[in-house]
Amino acid sequence: MRMLEVKDLSVRYGTLDIVKNVSFSVEEGEWLMIAGPNGAGKSTVVSAIAQSVASTGDVFFCGKNVRQYRSQELARHIGVLEQNHAVNYAFSVREVVGLGRYAYSSGIFAGKSDADDDAVEQALALTGLEALADKSVLKLSGGELQRVFLAQIFAQDPDLLILDEPTNHLDLVYQKQVFSLIEEWRKEPSRAVISVVHDLSLALAYGSTAVLMDRGEAVAFGPVQEVLNADHLDAAYGMDVKAWMQSLLKQWENI
Amino acid sequence: MGRSGRKTESFSLLAYLAFACVMLAVFVLCVSVGSVSVPFSETVSLVAGALKGNAAPSTSSASIILASRLPRVICVALTGAALSVCGAAMQGLLKNPLADGSTLGVSSGASLGAVIAIAFGITFPALPFAGTMVMAMIFAFASIVIILSLAYKLDYSLSTNSIILIGVIYSMFVSSLLSLILTFASDKLHNITFWTMGSLAGSSYKNALVLLAALILCGGVLLRLHRELNAFAVGEENARHIGVNVRRVRLTVLIAVSALIGVCVSIGGTIGFVGLVTPHIVRMITGPNHAKLMPACLFGGASFLMLCDLAARMIANPLQLPIGVVTSLIGAVLFIVIFYRSRRVS
Repeated sequence: MRMLEVKDLSVRYGTLDIVKNVSFSVEEGEWLMIAGPNGAGKSTVVSAIAQSVASTGDVFFCGKNVRQYRSQELARHIGVLEQNHAVNYAFSVREVVGLGRYAYSSGIFAGKSDADDDAVEQALALTGLEALADKSVLKLSGGELQRVFLAQIFAQDPDLLILDEPTNHLDLVYQKQVFSLIEEWRKEPSRAVISVVHDLSLALAYGSTAVLMDRGEAVAFGPVQEVLNADHLDAAYGMDVKAWMQSLLKQWENI
Repeated sequence: MGRSGRKTESFSLLAYLAFACVMLAVFVLCVSVGSVSVPFSETVSLVAGALKGNAAPSTSSASIILASRLPRVICVALTGAALSVCGAAMQGLLKNPLADGSTLGVSSGASLGAVIAIAFGITFPALPFAGTMVMAMIFAFASIVIILSLAYKLDYSLSTNSIILIGVIYSMFVSSLLSLILTFASDKLHNITFWTMGSLAGSSYKNALVLLAALILCGGVLLRLHRELNAFAVGEENARHIGVNVRRVRLTVLIAVSALIGVCVSIGGTIGFVGLVTPHIVRMITGPNHAKLMPACLFGGASFLMLCDLAARMIANPLQLPIGVVTSLIGAVLFIVIFYRSRRVS
C-alpha cells in the first residue's frame, strides 16, 4: 500500500529555487533514503513534507492531501525528527518525551492517561534513557538530546517516521543502536521510514529505496542499489565516490 | 486523578491552598501597613465585615482600609497576577526567557493606545465606557505583531538578541510618540510618570472588577494552553511536529496577552518587568512545566507586586514612589543577570 506520495514539490526562498518539482513515493514497509551533496535541498524536502515551510505541489498520505489533515491527526500518522535541537528551559527528559503524546490528547481540558504514561516509559526504555528520565535536558550531551527526541517520536507512535540526519551528534555505538532500533520499528505492519542521510554506506545498508538529490532536483528515484550507483553519485557529487569509499575501507585491512 | 481517568500535571489541592495562604498573608500585610498603620486584627475584622456586607464603621481606619487601601491592594494583586501570567506565556511561546510585555514594548504600545484614546476622545459606540481599554488592547496586539514581524524579518529563529533589539527600538519610538502627545494634551491626561512607571493609587473596586473579569477570561485561556506552551518552549518546529496547531495557538496566546496587558495598562499605566521577574523566580521553584508554572505565577505575581507596591508606599514615606520604580529596579538587575547568563551559555 502506498503511504506517502510527493508530487511536483517545489520550495522557493525569495527568488531562489531550493527544491524543484521533486516527486517520489513510499510504500508500506519501505525505508526511503534521501541522499545528495550539501545544499541539494534534502532537509528542505523533509520540511516541506512536514508542512514546516511553504511549498507548492502536493503531498498525499494514504491518498489524502496532508494539507487536509488536522494537526493532531497528521501527527498521529507522521512523526518528524529534526537534525538539530536547542532547548532553553530545564524540562526533564520525561517531560520532553511526554510531549510526544500530545497528538492523543483530546480537547484543552485533557490530562495524561495511563496509555500515555506506558508509551513514554516504553520509549524511554527503548532508547536507553530510563536512567536519565528525571534529568534536565539542559544537562545532556548532543547525542543524549538526539535520543530524547527520538524517544519522543517513538512515544508519538506514528505510521511514518521522517528523520533528518537521525544519527547526527551520535557516536558509532549509538549510530548502530539507532539504525537497528528504527529497522526493528519499521518491521511492524503499516509502517515506513524516510530519512535524510549523508553516510552513503548507511543508506545502502538500511535503505530499500532512495532519492538522490542534486541542486534542488531529484535526479534519481528507485531501489537504493540502482539509485546510488557509481554514475549517479559521480554526477551528483562531482567526484569518484565509489573509489573514495573503497579507499577508506582499505584502511581497515591492516588493522 | 482528573477527568475520565486522566491525570493532571498541575499542583495538588494542598499546594494550591499553601500558595493561597501565602498570598493572603501578603495581602493582609499590605492592607494593614501604610503611612497610617492599622493593626492586623482590625484590618482582618474590617475586611471580613465588608465581605459579609456589614456597614462600615465610621472610623478613620475603616475609611483608609475600605475606601483606599483595600481596592488599591486588590488591583495591585490582580495586575501582578495578570502581568506575570502574560510574561510566562510569552516566554514559553517565544522560547525566550527575556520576553515580557515591557521588554517587547507591548506595554508601551498599550500606553500609546490609551493615551491616543484619551487625548483624541476616541470612544466606541458599542463600548462607550471602555474606549481607552479597547484602544490599549488594540495597540498592544498591533505592537506584538509589529515587533515579531520585524524580528522575523531580521532573524527567522527569533533569537533573544533580535527580539530585545527590536523591542528596545520600538519602545523608544513609542515613548517619543507618547511624550509628543502628552506635551500637547497634558490637560486631559495623567502625567508622563503614570504612563511610563505606572501607579495604582486611587484604584477603585470597579477597576478591580474589570481586572478580575479580564484575568478570569484571558488568564483562563492561557492557563488552559499549558501543554501547547510547553511544546512551544521546547521549540516551535517540534510543537508543529507533535501535532500542535502552531498558528492557532500563537494567535490565541497573542490575543489573550494583548487583551490582558491592555486592561492592566489602561488601569495602572506601564508597570515594567513584573512579567519578566516573576516567571523567573517561580520557574526556579516549579520548573519550566507550564502546568505548574502558570498557576504559580498567578499567586507569585500577585504577591510580588503587592510587596513592590508596599515598598513604593513605604520607602520614602510620606512620599509615594511610582510602583514601576521598584519593579524596574529589581527587574533591570535580573534582566542583566539573565542576559549575561544566556550569552555565556550560547
